[in-house]
Amino acid sequence: MWERMTQGSRIKSPWLLHYDCGSCNGCDIEVLACLTPIYDLERFGVVNVGNPLHADILLVTGTVNHRNKRVLRNLYEQMPRPKVVIAVGSCALTGGVFREAYNVVGGVAKVIPVDVYVPGCPVKPEAVIDGVILGLERFRRKKSGKNLLEPGDWGEERRG
Amino acid sequence: MNEGLLVAGFALVGAPLLGGLITGADRIITARLQARIGPPLIQPFYDVAKLLGKEQIAVNVWQVFGACAYLMASAIAVVLLALRTDLLVILFTQAVGSVFLVVGALASASPYSQVGAHRELLQVLCYEPLLILVAVGVYLHVGSFKVSDILAWQTPLLSKLPFLFLALGCVLTIKLRKSPFDLSTSHHGHQEIVKGLLTDYSGPILAFAEIGHWLETVLLLGLCALFWTTHWLGMILLAGATFALQILIDNVSSRMNWRWMLGYVWAVGLSLSVVNLVWVQAR
Repeated sequence: MWERMTQGSRIKSPWLLHYDCGSCNGCDIEVLACLTPIYDLERFGVVNVGNPLHADILLVTGTVNHRNKRVLRNLYEQMPRPKVVIAVGSCALTGGVFREAYNVVGGVAKVIPVDVYVPGCPVKPEAVIDGVILGLERFRRKKSGKNLLEPGDWGEERRG
Repeated sequence: MNEGLLVAGFALVGAPLLGGLITGADRIITARLQARIGPPLIQPFYDVAKLLGKEQIAVNVWQVFGACAYLMASAIAVVLLALRTDLLVILFTQAVGSVFLVVGALASASPYSQVGAHRELLQVLCYEPLLILVAVGVYLHVGSFKVSDILAWQTPLLSKLPFLFLALGCVLTIKLRKSPFDLSTSHHGHQEIVKGLLTDYSGPILAFAEIGHWLETVLLLGLCALFWTTHWLGMILLAGATFALQILIDNVSSRMNWRWMLGYVWAVGLSLSVVNLVWVQAR
């Protein structure tokens, strides 16, 4: 019963950590637009936190490069389990128009396991909300204290 | 004896529920003041239930100890208030709890946590003298520190101790972590020092700190209610009006720095208290 109660509460209280890997800020503005009175994500219990230790959902925008991949990995590892990663925007999905650049690693999935992909350049706030709701279902199903995928085992495989 | 146990048990169950609902109402009213709809009333309970089910990441054992001691001290203070014991014992128990929360934050090497802890200590330094002076004023007027004697008093305390009530309102703004005094940590997701005092609390121990905060909210609103003890409706109205004013102040003011807080709270709060004490004594 306790397990069901905490799982039910997860859906009602997802705290977001928003990390900008190197986005042009187009996606970031759309993500922040979700918190404004028009969309008001707080009515679903969403709080945009600035602290990975409090976060449940990591929302990443922008391409990953060799400078910030360690920061991204570090943020992911600091989040207590269970946790969900949502890649937002074309750049976070695949590297976007920058994917051929010499300093770019590519999409977020090359560094950390991604649960939900939200395409768009830039994404619409509605698409971000849809993505978060998809992520919530995965967040609920994940076992507490254990993530389905460990950090590393996906990223290493993709990189090779 | 049996009745005492019953009251204590009721307070232990009822106070967190009441505190959570008050926090939920606070979030809705704040959202409405910002032209948003806001979360459901029981949102704080969802948050705490989720946090309790998350993985425990603790910096060291002192952090866990600090959070647990804070929760325990807040619970004991609320129970002591419900049992109508000594006002001073209640205030000192609550102060011990606040210090343990700081101990837990200082257990981490994170600069955000450290700065938040130091700011919290400054806040304690600001409001503790005022709380003691409120108790002293009540003693000078009623002739006893006992909550049972205050409840038996025939005229509302507010009529003779209005300035001390204002000082208590000042304390409430600091303790409820409302602007302009939400220096050490605030209810918002973002702060200039990430989450300040609570930066390194996460998962279940963050939930403990949150429940402790609910209990403190109930305790302080209970102290406000003591200023109108002649009728239960007056108690509820006074506590409710004070809380509504706190939310309004929170939304119309911005965060100030600790120097301003120390100067303002000591200058205004202490002079209000002293004027009231002199007035009570002169009669």
